[in-house]
Amino acid sequence: MIVKGRAISRGVGRGKVLLSKDAISFLGGVDAKTGVVIEKGHCLEGKCIAGRVLVFPRGKGSTVGSYVMLQLAKNRKAPAAIINLEAEPIVAVGAIISKIPLVDKLGRDHYALLKDGMEVKVDGKKGEIEIFGK
Amino acid sequence: MELTRREQQMLNGELGEAVQQSMEILVALGKIYGAKSMIPISSSQVAGVSYKTIGDAGLEYLKDIAKKGARVGVPTFLNPAGMDRRQWRQLRIPAKFAKKQLEILRAYSKMGIMASCTCTPYLAGIRPKRGEHVAWSESSAVAFANSVLGARTNREGGPSALAAAICGVTPNYGLHLDENRVAGFVVRVEAELKTAADFGALGYAIGEMAKGRNVAFAGIKSASEDQLKSLGAAIAATGSTALFYVKGITPEYVEGEAAEEVAFTQRELEETKEKMGVPEQPQLVAIGCPHASIEEIREVAQLVKGKRLACDLWVCTARKNKERADRLGYTAAIEKAGGKIVADTCMVVCPIEDMGYRATATNSGKSAKYLPSMCGQKVVFGDLKDIIRVKK
Repeated sequence: MIVKGRAISRGVGRGKVLLSKDAISFLGGVDAKTGVVIEKGHCLEGKCIAGRVLVFPRGKGSTVGSYVMLQLAKNRKAPAAIINLEAEPIVAVGAIISKIPLVDKLGRDHYALLKDGMEVKVDGKKGEIEIFGK
Repeated sequence: MELTRREQQMLNGELGEAVQQSMEILVALGKIYGAKSMIPISSSQVAGVSYKTIGDAGLEYLKDIAKKGARVGVPTFLNPAGMDRRQWRQLRIPAKFAKKQLEILRAYSKMGIMASCTCTPYLAGIRPKRGEHVAWSESSAVAFANSVLGARTNREGGPSALAAAICGVTPNYGLHLDENRVAGFVVRVEAELKTAADFGALGYAIGEMAKGRNVAFAGIKSASEDQLKSLGAAIAATGSTALFYVKGITPEYVEGEAAEEVAFTQRELEETKEKMGVPEQPQLVAIGCPHASIEEIREVAQLVKGKRLACDLWVCTARKNKERADRLGYTAAIEKAGGKIVADTCMVVCPIEDMGYRATATNSGKSAKYLPSMCGQKVVFGDLKDIIRVKK
């Protein structure tokens, strides 16, 4: 099944969905060495985002978060792709400089459509996602 | 978004990888904010310079993009760094910090950016004219450019200002468009504003209340450029306002029809000033947030001339103004009293918390906001003549 969204950062990434209902701050919220979410009380606290298709509403926190995303990519701990409800500048810039495909505005309820562990391919140039086995 | 042929070439990678990535950033921001096209800029001012704020992550990015051959296409100025490039040893900056800071400055220089290291580029060589489009990022410089000069800029992030500098354009949205330059919050100023601290306190109180809206001040009888600099810095620090008008003083003044209106009384001024500090003995008096003008440096020099200071004193400024102060004898007067003129940096982005300072006195509304959270300082707030203490 293919769902159209908006293209924000080009590239193609494929992996298993990791769903977050909370916004993410990459500075202070994610460990750049391990890719593990370290923000206290975050719904993904303790989970590793490396290689996953990370689905979250939007970014938050410091603009330095963009650079932390690049560190994650250099350490090979970046997500395979990102799907946002609505992209904001910190994560958009971070995804572009780190070459992480990013698509937003799928035009329907992300959380009804996407479930943890689903296999998904994100095409950040076409601005669409493909859900396998659905 | 509609792109020109050249912008499309940039996006396709025909002008190299660094330009392509920069244009990708600008296009993404344009999409997010609903811009229909790009607009050429005449200058850029890039934040994200202090090692204290961008850390190793930022340093790596800058080294990467410089290595990819990124070069700026318009005059581009840097925000303050985490230390004075020349006298960091005398200021007791940790050597490890200094090494990283110098690497950051080298990466920026490689891209053709002037290491002006100031939040007041308009006092150090670039003054955009009314109606001119620029991409500046430091919040007080943005407020000054929009409000006092009548130029047009959004509050850029470090990477977006750098991308704009490399491509020479910025997405045309927000404060670049006339329809977004209307004040939605009007302040009737009844208080009598005399000093930079008074203007800073006004900005400090109103920034929070305005919730990001453009602000129009009515009833201010007179204001020097330094006082407007202080006002804009504070309003942009406690809120996200990037444009203010002062009736009869700023080049533009546009009140919205349905604007919310409040009064600011003498009592509110006094209460705000009281609330901005605590009664403490400071170890450091820090002047120059935003960076001091030559007139402000002269004022300090006159206050301390021939006296001994009771604690450390920093007057932060752009290197260009420090050099003028050297020639005019102000530096000698301040140093003789036991103070320093510090260039390239300021009390907020320099690691003063690692240098033994616990309480800092300032006359800046912006510093009063940031010193506790960014530097772990207790703040003593007041007018210049009250916070500079000399030995009896």
